[in-house]
Amino acid sequence: MNLVIAFVMVPFAGMLLIPFLKVNAKGIMTFALLLINALLSGYFAIQSLLGEAMIFTLPGSYITGLIPIRIDALSGWFMLIINLIFVTGGFYALFYMKAYREQRNNLTLHSISFLIQHAAMISICVIQNSLAFLIAWEIMAIASFLVIIFDHEHIATIKAGINYLIQAHFSILFLMLGFIWVASKTGSYDFQAITSYTASIPGSASLMLFIFFFIGFAIKAGFVPFHTWLPYAHPAAPSHVSGIMSGVIIKIGIFGILRMLLVVKTDFISVGYIILLISTISGLYGVMLAIVQHNLKKLLAYHSIENIGIIGMGIGLGCVGVGTGNQVLATLGFAGALLHTLNHALFKSLLFYAAGNVYQATHTMDIERLGGIIKKMPQTAFLFLIAAIAICGIPPFNGFVSEFIIYTGFYKWLSDTTLVSLIAAIFAIMGLVLIGGLALLCFTKAFGVVFLGTERSPLPDSCREVPFLQLLPMYLLAAIIILIGLFPIAFINLLGKPVSLLTGTIALPLDAFQLNAFSALQPISRASWLLVLLIAGIYAIRKFALSHRKIETGTTWGCGYIAPTSKIQYTAGSFVRTYSKLFAPFLLIGKHEEEVHGIFPAEAKYHTHPYDKLEKWLIDSPLKMDKLFMGRFVFLNNGKLQMYILYGVLFILAVMSIPILYQTMQSFIEFLNHL
Amino acid sequence: MLSVLLIVIAAIFFTGIIIRTKSLASGRKGPGILQPVRDVVRLFRKGVVYSETTSFVFQIAPTIYFASVVMAMLVVPFGQSRGVLSFNGDFIFFAYVLALGKFFSIIAAMDTGSSFEGMGASREALYSMFAEPAFFILMGSLALLSGHTSFQEIFSALHIGSQISYALAALATFVLLMIAMIESSRMPIDDPKTHLELTMIHEVMILDNSGFDLGLIFTAGYLKFAIYGALIVNLFIGVIPYEYAIPSFFAIQFALAVAIGIIESFMARFRMSHNPQFIVALTSVSLLIFFGVLLILQKFM
Repeated sequence: MNLVIAFVMVPFAGMLLIPFLKVNAKGIMTFALLLINALLSGYFAIQSLLGEAMIFTLPGSYITGLIPIRIDALSGWFMLIINLIFVTGGFYALFYMKAYREQRNNLTLHSISFLIQHAAMISICVIQNSLAFLIAWEIMAIASFLVIIFDHEHIATIKAGINYLIQAHFSILFLMLGFIWVASKTGSYDFQAITSYTASIPGSASLMLFIFFFIGFAIKAGFVPFHTWLPYAHPAAPSHVSGIMSGVIIKIGIFGILRMLLVVKTDFISVGYIILLISTISGLYGVMLAIVQHNLKKLLAYHSIENIGIIGMGIGLGCVGVGTGNQVLATLGFAGALLHTLNHALFKSLLFYAAGNVYQATHTMDIERLGGIIKKMPQTAFLFLIAAIAICGIPPFNGFVSEFIIYTGFYKWLSDTTLVSLIAAIFAIMGLVLIGGLALLCFTKAFGVVFLGTERSPLPDSCREVPFLQLLPMYLLAAIIILIGLFPIAFINLLGKPVSLLTGTIALPLDAFQLNAFSALQPISRASWLLVLLIAGIYAIRKFALSHRKIETGTTWGCGYIAPTSKIQYTAGSFVRTYSKLFAPFLLIGKHEEEVHGIFPAEAKYHTHPYDKLEKWLIDSPLKMDKLFMGRFVFLNNGKLQMYILYGVLFILAVMSIPILYQTMQSFIEFLNHL
Repeated sequence: MLSVLLIVIAAIFFTGIIIRTKSLASGRKGPGILQPVRDVVRLFRKGVVYSETTSFVFQIAPTIYFASVVMAMLVVPFGQSRGVLSFNGDFIFFAYVLALGKFFSIIAAMDTGSSFEGMGASREALYSMFAEPAFFILMGSLALLSGHTSFQEIFSALHIGSQISYALAALATFVLLMIAMIESSRMPIDDPKTHLELTMIHEVMILDNSGFDLGLIFTAGYLKFAIYGALIVNLFIGVIPYEYAIPSFFAIQFALAVAIGIIESFMARFRMSHNPQFIVALTSVSLLIFFGVLLILQKFM
């Protein structure tokens, strides 16, 4: 109990201390406080993950009622992920933010928001009182907004921030509607009231309630079509924040959905199919748009949507498993989803940090202007490569393990009996395979164009490897990526509790988790080892064989042309040109072309601007209509104070007249009835 | 273990037989059947030339490519005998470990900074992406039909009896054969003997490789052929005892090599822009197999 209070006090201490410190000390203090909070909550998380769930009750207030804090295994798993990413991100930020040391006040705000954001996210994982939950949710939204707009001198950053803020409040709106619905019926804000309430109402109503919650959390998670804030916010934020956003903030949406699956009693089969459909679309749409992006961070942001899709596919499968009483499906689905949540947090934050290093060195994120960075920043390139392979779900790294579990789940689903589930399974498999293949195209492009070849535009002289301490958190993430790939069993065992919580089997002992469906993980681990040893062995042989041979260097073969320039290289645009022609119906690519004319042609130009088709349909067009409609009333906004006071008076009158009107209406209806 | 031995033996002769067939078809005598192996052995003894544009990625890529193909080979069973690695969902591992090799061969091509190799890399990434769904759906259909999820169990539980299953086996062979062609960059997707860099896929990606590395890439290519050949053979030999299965393995591999030689002699490569359509059509064929399986299992009732 005291520890809980200590946890809340730490950000306050930060607020009081950080403004008065020197620039260097600000960063160190922030990190120290973050570490304290991470250790505190990490202690609870590990307790709940390995031992028993913990329950505290805060007194709350007259309005909220008691605030129960329940730390179960699901909270524990997400708390550990949040802590891991925040600590590595905070450490990385110590060095990344050095470039901004002039902006002292800005850094103060940023540091404090960063601490509050962490505290709010941890609170979201444990608070089980809907009013308090919403407050924590709101604090997180605002704190995230503040950390995103660090670089607020750029108009694009502010725009992205406000876009995020508005959409975050749409998410809150849906959550609020859901919570009010339950509270108005039961009079309690406790999550347990939701469980008892939904158990008592018909299935369609509880499904409706679940969909409210789902939309609310899906906006945060970035499921298509609620994803449009994500590709703006990620690139606008500083890189450590992008890593954290992609790594954990969108995962809090996943956490919310899983939490609601636990508290809302509804028809799991329909929920499963709905989530599966949305997730498959999210996965495909995310990666399809990721491929055509020119901005490295935007590319990674779209990729987050894809991975949220993969996680969602696992959740959908799990729900179907729970609904049909198929333990194997449920276990595989949820285990895959939860493991992929961790995996994605690891490799995506690593990718963003690596992108941050590149940005720091080159001051651009336009991949068409980069190239050949591997020679200037070999370690960053190496780390990016590991994460890129992992994110494509390729062995021997962690992405393969979680995708393999989800694949196994879908193939197990094929032994189901109903036609619908068989067809759903085969199309889900097809979706997952396509996602994998497209991810490969996307990351060979990203890595190949940014790091390999020669520089496409002159890089600044300052382009060199970042200091080792900045690389240290990245190496840590990479090490975990490799560990999960090589020892998946250890991590799957950690997942025993949260998964059994979701699948509904009470107190499934850990070793029972080695059930038939998971028997493949042992050989996967062995195969990964074998692969690593094989590569090492062949490389050693090669090294030995080449030690006696002549090794020369020459120019790249250019079909006899001996004066190649870097402009001859394949660009990112041309690398995916065939793809973008094939997928044209799904993409929206603006082109700007100036062809060559005449005998002595001047400069020719070719620009493409990828845009999001769904954003155009769902956000831009309605907004345009809205503006058109609202434009009619612009005369009201005439800038005269007297008029504004009049509006106020009119509004108050209108509010006051509602009961009178209501009574009149009622008596009128009664009168009609009498007739 | 047996499968590895058989695949290696088949790989030694496979490419030689294709080349020999093509020579005979064009009225030449042609090189000996072991010529590809001799080429590789010579390459292994040579020094290497690296482009100064390249980095460590280029140097390690052929090794990883070769290792990935060897790993894929270890998964493939032979009739009743398991592969060295055999587990539930091993075909997922098979496809993804090959993807590891592909990933590295693509980025190695990008590493040279050559426009031709970038072009090849782009095509390779795109085509292999389209080919993968066909493989997974095919395996899904077979898993559904047999009720198992590992290569060896699926293949040994396959019973080709009814008329529909004959049709399905024919379609499955077609799909696997075409995937083999795409993966090994042969006709009708890619022409290994084309003389123009602009029209190549796989060959153009390895323009800058030499010596030991090139040897590894060639060896991996030979193995890949035999691996897919072995998969096709597995469709049919299921429970047949070894004394018939082993000769039929070589017979089918031989027939496959000759068939490829003949196809390559009398057919032109597809237009590059038509390739994706063709490969997507392959997915449709595999979906057809899936619905055929549903039909056999009477799921449409």
